[in-house]
Amino acid sequence: MTIVIALSALGGLTLILAGMLVIANKKLYVYEDPRIDVVEDMLPHANCGACGYPGCRPFAEALVGEKALPGKCTVSTDSGRQKIAEFLGVALGAEEKRVARLACAGGTNVAINRAHYQGLKSCQAASLVSGGGKGCFWGCLGHGDCEVVCDFDAIVMNEFSLPVVDVDKCTACGDCVEACPKDLFSLQPISHHLWVACKNLEHGDEVLEDCQVGCTACGKCALDAGGDLITMVNNLPVVNYRENHSTKDPIQRCPTGAIVWLDEKLGIIKGKESKKIIRKGERGVGHS
Amino acid sequence: MAWFNFRNNSFKHGIHPPERKRSTNGLAIRQFPFSPVIILPMVQHIGAPSEIMVREGQEVMRGQLLAKAGGYVSVPLHAPVSGTVRKIASVPSISGKMVPGIYLEAFPSASQEVLDGTPIDLTSASSDEILQGIQDAGIVGLGGAAFPTHVKLKVPEGKHCDVLMINGIECEPYLTTDHRVMLEQGEDILMGIKYLLKSTGAAEAIIGIEANKQDAADHLEQLIPEGSNVRVQVVPVKYPQGSEKMLITAILGREVPSGGLPIDVNVVAVNVATTAEIGRLLPHGRGIQERVVTITGPGIEKKGNYRIPIGTPLRFVLEQVGADERISEVYMGGPMMGVAVSNLDISIVKGTSGILVFTKDEVSRPEKVYPCIKCGACVDACPLSLNPSKLGILAKFKAYDLMADEYNLMDCFECGSCSYVCPSHIPLVQQFRSSKAIVRKRIAGKQTMEHAD
Repeated sequence: MTIVIALSALGGLTLILAGMLVIANKKLYVYEDPRIDVVEDMLPHANCGACGYPGCRPFAEALVGEKALPGKCTVSTDSGRQKIAEFLGVALGAEEKRVARLACAGGTNVAINRAHYQGLKSCQAASLVSGGGKGCFWGCLGHGDCEVVCDFDAIVMNEFSLPVVDVDKCTACGDCVEACPKDLFSLQPISHHLWVACKNLEHGDEVLEDCQVGCTACGKCALDAGGDLITMVNNLPVVNYRENHSTKDPIQRCPTGAIVWLDEKLGIIKGKESKKIIRKGERGVGHS
Repeated sequence: MAWFNFRNNSFKHGIHPPERKRSTNGLAIRQFPFSPVIILPMVQHIGAPSEIMVREGQEVMRGQLLAKAGGYVSVPLHAPVSGTVRKIASVPSISGKMVPGIYLEAFPSASQEVLDGTPIDLTSASSDEILQGIQDAGIVGLGGAAFPTHVKLKVPEGKHCDVLMINGIECEPYLTTDHRVMLEQGEDILMGIKYLLKSTGAAEAIIGIEANKQDAADHLEQLIPEGSNVRVQVVPVKYPQGSEKMLITAILGREVPSGGLPIDVNVVAVNVATTAEIGRLLPHGRGIQERVVTITGPGIEKKGNYRIPIGTPLRFVLEQVGADERISEVYMGGPMMGVAVSNLDISIVKGTSGILVFTKDEVSRPEKVYPCIKCGACVDACPLSLNPSKLGILAKFKAYDLMADEYNLMDCFECGSCSYVCPSHIPLVQQFRSSKAIVRKRIAGKQTMEHAD
């Protein structure tokens, strides 16, 4: 008899609770477009944020809600984006590829350090100890926070402790932009070939003391560019990319090679008159 | 919150590093010579930079106003020496940043004579006039934080101050500036306390002094007239008691809330050297031109306490006191919270309390950092009862938001106790410092985003 009571009590309870679940399932049901799951699976699952959304799922929701176009995803392959566009029946929305560019060329072979930094091997930590010990306050510290933070292995530190961006791998997710304590990275459309690789706000010999490839603010590039293409602001040339910037003229007379031409095939091209850098070793610790 | 007091006038946790004060605490304060060129950054305090009011080539008199305050949380700057403004350009600062500044060339025969201003009369001046006088004198916290003192003294509406805490703890090893100031400028301190009591409206003033400076405590007690509302309180030696929050807990048993200020527990705390400067400058309406700095460490020949003009380049200071050729590290401030200097062309600023010089032999850095073994030594050391071990692990995984939201990262004032005791040599404070910088950057980013919306 006892077993019957026990079974019926538990069985009854099961039925009541199951009934509540059934009702809740019907009453509280939220309709979700099933295409969101499908689109999310088509995306690369990198959750990098390059599209401007917090991750792949919110981007998929935006795609299905037609608030964004598949072209925004810079990580997918062309065919991947095409597939999503066909699936949703929307335009591809081609975006120009952007890449992270470093506004510093002061590797260990050209830039001096004032002091040796010892401690946590991170640019962020080093920058908080008297600026990190590099002669140029604005320059790259070379401890590789950007290399660590890059999810796509697009940044590699070269032999001069300077990060090199692999244009093919870079998805313009912006992690390196956030990681750099000196704010040297920025995302630039790949068609921007004219590039100022220096952020030093000083001018003249004071720059050269610290770094041989720094901008001395001589202003030759601004003069040669003509028009409003380049203006000198705070001792640095600023390129106005709204103007026609497909000319190599401005870089030719740069004495230090601070303004360069980023060629897709040939890499960094410096002007004809810029000083050649042949030193391979470290420039070391200078004027304490 | 009386149970935090344990009846022995101290605070929970903390550490006992070797004091190393013996080599300088018996040496009287000496005047430092003028350097031929004085370099004055406009950012010597927390807040807006000062605004330069002189032109290149202008001749200025010692004590003349060079720059005015750039806002409410800012202070003016006075000429530390009579001379000519050689150049107005960017100058290096202790943070490593280039900041706007003035290169001042001293007259070869510049005298110690100072230009007087409008005196602030103690009996007739109102509370606000005293605060204005303190701002006009360019006074900032001389203990090291360099926060403008008049902002700190301003009691917000709806709050009141009942105790004025004068901080003469000086818990950092090596430093002896406050000790010497208390021994030699007792009258100035008491004068300063009168100004501060009047401006804050506090009923009593307590001078907190650590037991290793008993002579200073005795000296001040002698000077205090009977029946005065000023008293000296000696507390046991412990680091970081010089932090105002720790000092208030130690003496009054009140705990300043997380993210709060001493005024939240009705206290205003002021450093003893700052108090002495207020008492010395306000009766003459002068501005601050020099400060007492302890120069010590194994790499220094003529160790001592010097009254150094603000803006004296570090290189000149080291030449004068005879630095060892084998110097490897120079610190501004104490060994626990001071900053390693990366450039000898920076100058003495208002917040510089000490210069420490070490040679290669003294500074030994652990070769290897071992993993956290969760021994809890840092938890026992943290004066704020944070969990440095957990925070360190989270920092490794870059969980900065979690550190700030759940583990009170932003309360950490970087005293270095956790790194000091860590048997695995984990650079905990350095991790927290960079984590805090990242959190601050994110908060600022969010705010600009909201503004954009």
